[in-house]
Amino acid sequence: MTQKRSRFLLYIPLVAVAIFYLIPVYVMLVTGFKGFEEVNLKTMWDLPTGIRFDNFIEAYNKLAPYLWNSINMVLPAAVISSILGSLNGYVLAKWKFKGADIIFPLILFGMFIPYQSILIPLVEFMKTINLYGGLPGLVLTHIIYGIPITTLTFRNYYATIPKELVEAAKIDGAGMMGIYWNILLPISIPSFVVVLIWQFTQAWNDFLFAVVLTSPSNWPITVALNNMAGSQIVAWNVQMAGSFLTALPTLLVYIFLGRYFLRGMMAGALKG
Amino acid sequence: MRSNKENWQSFLLVLPSILAVAVFVYGFIAWSGRVSMSQWKGLTPDYTWRGLTNYIELFSDARFAIDVRNTLIFTVIFVFGSLVLGLILALLLDTGLRGEGIFRSIFLFPMAISYIVTGVVWRWLMNPATGSRTSGLNLLFDKLGLDFLINQWHTTPYWGIAAIALPAIWQMSGYCMAIYLAGLRAIPDELREAARVDGASEYQILSGIVLPLLRPVTLSVMIILGHMSLKVFDLILAVAGKQLPLDVPALYMWQVTFDGLFYGRGAAIGILLLLSVAVLIIPYLFYSLRSEPEL
Repeated sequence: MTQKRSRFLLYIPLVAVAIFYLIPVYVMLVTGFKGFEEVNLKTMWDLPTGIRFDNFIEAYNKLAPYLWNSINMVLPAAVISSILGSLNGYVLAKWKFKGADIIFPLILFGMFIPYQSILIPLVEFMKTINLYGGLPGLVLTHIIYGIPITTLTFRNYYATIPKELVEAAKIDGAGMMGIYWNILLPISIPSFVVVLIWQFTQAWNDFLFAVVLTSPSNWPITVALNNMAGSQIVAWNVQMAGSFLTALPTLLVYIFLGRYFLRGMMAGALKG
Repeated sequence: MRSNKENWQSFLLVLPSILAVAVFVYGFIAWSGRVSMSQWKGLTPDYTWRGLTNYIELFSDARFAIDVRNTLIFTVIFVFGSLVLGLILALLLDTGLRGEGIFRSIFLFPMAISYIVTGVVWRWLMNPATGSRTSGLNLLFDKLGLDFLINQWHTTPYWGIAAIALPAIWQMSGYCMAIYLAGLRAIPDELREAARVDGASEYQILSGIVLPLLRPVTLSVMIILGHMSLKVFDLILAVAGKQLPLDVPALYMWQVTFDGLFYGRGAAIGILLLLSVAVLIIPYLFYSLRSEPEL
């Protein structure tokens, strides 16, 4: 009896914290679904009287081009850095060359650097190769700074595959690429999902690279949203709806592929 | 023993990535280092040697002093708050109660959201307006009769930066929870059972067995969060815009370089940020990789 009651008590702090986590979502949605005439900072916490889409439509009209910029930038960035990470991980786990043990931590360090320390050369470099201002330069940036984490995740995964599998294929005459293509690649689909959604989320949520590398017409949605939030002209209710639109793609990924998202997140902590 | 040919083949396969990282990470850091010792100010690069003058100027710069202080306050509150909240949540969820999955999902979803979105929403939640224009959390506190909680948030004189740690904790404590939970699950049940048989109380098990075993996890999380807080940038920008009382080195670097065109000083701030992150991360990388079993 007391056992049961004390277990029940555990829910009190959990529910309290859950409310704290959901407050911003509540405000975003409640405000988003209100009609323009209902919107008032005084009644911020009240439920809407009906479901209206005014704010979302207004926010979408303002943010749509930037939403597409984000989509066009994120997809190639995620796919290419995942492929590179997979190849690197394969070599660093199964075909260590001389010096591989020194190269690996040197690559990993790239994952932690504050990007302010490379920002000036990055901008100058992109200007020199004529990729400054547009999306391709931003894509290239996300690919390269994504290499450390994608390499780490794949290396850790391939390290769990028994050595004997590779050795046996070698004896059968398979080459390095053959073994990768026929044996390891087919079983690394789950890792690809992990890395793809991680890179997708990272690139989608990035602000710093986007704000220094792209010109206004090529802004991804995070930069456009921040700009909208800083302006006095766009009402706060539209800002809320815009925030929701910006968060929606990564939230959907989280809701439907949460398990994989979690694994990507743990990989970032190295030891997990 | 690996043949020479295989050695070369595998090296060539990773060579593009190695070159990319060599240029974009190490080459650019060196380049930034060089800029930080130049007098480059304005749109055209100027590499005239200035030695460490940019650094020396920073150390006597009032704005940089505010930045260092703000970073310290933010780091302490953010790291400590996320760790404690994350640990408590993990301990609660580790009891195996019903609905664990739902709670875990709720605590983790902010990780999927960009700092800009978090910042924009919290900007309205932490609205400091008073009187008839009171709104956001202050309005909620008022309605719930919790008036003593009403405050000026990030516009509080001197301690404003502490309020920014709140959305940061909101975003990252779920991450701490997930890592602690993994750490807790790795502790063998027999250990706790044995202690129980010996008559230890739950509190004794927690403080004598569980927490000491979680120490390496705590250290890892502290390092990861600590290095994140040194880099905090977009969250502050989205909550409050560019305001001197809430300034941090990452914001200063961005503004002084791209608005002020004072490249030499911007690069110096970037390098100082890098050094402070490196102090945390290099030993961590060394330790993590050394302790991992040989492949």
